[in-house]
Amino acid sequence: MNALRRNVLKSAAGASAVAVAVAAGLLKPTQAMAAWNKAAFEAKNVGDAMKGIGATSPADSKDITIKAPDIAENGAVVPVEVTTSIAGTNSIAILAEKNAQPLVGTFELAGGAQGFISTRIKMGQTSLVRAVVNAGGKTYTAAKEVKVTIGGCGG
Amino acid sequence: MAEPMRIRATMAGDVADVKVLMNHPMETGTRKDAKTGQLVPAHFIQEVTATINGAAVLNADIGGAVSKNPYLGFKVKGAKAGDKVVVNWVDNKGDKNSAEATIG
Amino acid sequence: MKQQIIMKLLTGVAGLGIALGAVSAHASPEKDRQEMIKYYTDKYPNVKIEDYVFGALAFDADSKSQYDAIMEFPPFDSQIEAGRKMWETPFKNGKTYASCLPSGGKMIAGNYPMFDEAKGKVVTLNDVINECRVANGEEAYKLTDAKTMGTLNAYLRSLSDGMLMNIKVEGPKATAAYEDGKKTFFTRKGQLNFACSSCHVQNAGTRLRSELISPAVGHAGHWPVYRGGDNLVQLQQRYEGCFKSVRAVSAPAGSPTLNNLEYFHSALSNGMPMKANVFRK
Repeated sequence: MNALRRNVLKSAAGASAVAVAVAAGLLKPTQAMAAWNKAAFEAKNVGDAMKGIGATSPADSKDITIKAPDIAENGAVVPVEVTTSIAGTNSIAILAEKNAQPLVGTFELAGGAQGFISTRIKMGQTSLVRAVVNAGGKTYTAAKEVKVTIGGCGG
Repeated sequence: MAEPMRIRATMAGDVADVKVLMNHPMETGTRKDAKTGQLVPAHFIQEVTATINGAAVLNADIGGAVSKNPYLGFKVKGAKAGDKVVVNWVDNKGDKNSAEATIG
Repeated sequence: MKQQIIMKLLTGVAGLGIALGAVSAHASPEKDRQEMIKYYTDKYPNVKIEDYVFGALAFDADSKSQYDAIMEFPPFDSQIEAGRKMWETPFKNGKTYASCLPSGGKMIAGNYPMFDEAKGKVVTLNDVINECRVANGEEAYKLTDAKTMGTLNAYLRSLSDGMLMNIKVEGPKATAAYEDGKKTFFTRKGQLNFACSSCHVQNAGTRLRSELISPAVGHAGHWPVYRGGDNLVQLQQRYEGCFKSVRAVSAPAGSPTLNNLEYFHSALSNGMPMKANVFRK
């Protein structure tokens, strides 16, 4: 993750800190609200997506819990909740491994934000839903399979 | 987007439980319009940021795989009732939206 | 004579393996409801009858848990808000919907469909909305249009959240309409030759093509639904969909056939709390 961006996040009253940083030449204006990670979001397989978010060989962790259905009611709206108790968590990423573009989102946490993210995602097919946690300079991961079916006769 | 986002923020012990429901079509750009057969262009929120009393707590980058009318829930320790939560988002077209709520 | 027909239909249904117990052709609506509840609770003693308001979700914890997660902050929230704006906007003549409806529209949905003695037919909440519109110089809404009637109906029904279904069937004409709806419910139809009861009584709680089938008790109180979280579907649209699914030609929404069906169907849920605007897959 972009360390400059993290420092901007850490400072209170983000706007003024950004202005200061830009004025001091530490941040280019376009970099200030840092670029969306196009390469990672457009990666077409989970390996490239993981590389794109800087998750090289994350350690499997039992301290990451993924609450997601066993069988999704509707693949367009799958509730996913990631909770982690790993100390010093500063970000959580969520991927749906078999999606055409596996990376769903990266969530950077600061200032008392807990290791917890709840959201709803789209899944194209049965797949592992993977969480990647950055904490204390290391990466950790866990995954849960969510089945996606095509239903019968809902009118 | 015309519709404002909704924020619910309540205290649970010493942790603020913040839930945000945004209004956005979240089109991936790979869906075909049922009537015209044409690809619906990509139109999705890319960044969501949240602050509490001006201090950043969340900076999320998301893509079209987040469901339509995105929902985000997060928790912040050390926040207090009466603190102000502000959420901003920017989408891939540069459209923005902002909302705030007081932690109850 | 009519009793004989109903008895035949019900016996025919029993022949499918549906044990409706001591079903009498003279059954009153309340007796029908009790017997149907007994059928389900005998078959599924571990599913609470109060949970039948959640339909098929009462039979599957994984599905119910997704419903709970989504209903905590539903994605269709803004559509209900749009309905509120429609409800509160006065007609061209300055009057509002609230002025047409009993109690200003609050806690009334459980009384509908209602048998209107003066009109000699069943009226639904949508009929009442359109009557209000026309009486105040506006055009009637198309019953199945999601953006107009659907959205307005969704908000109006939300004003009755928690109300116990309270369908009254009193007098010979009302009873005849109720029995007509009951007949539709229990009659085989379409190329697939299924009755509503084939799935929703005989096979409630089992799977058909990976779909868990919902029981008829608890059905009628949780409408409209938002399919996939954003596609508003009203109950009579679902009737039309079910007819199509068994490859039958459906009477249209708002017809006497579907209104009478809704009348019977809603009475099966008497005493159960209603909830408008719910998520479904």
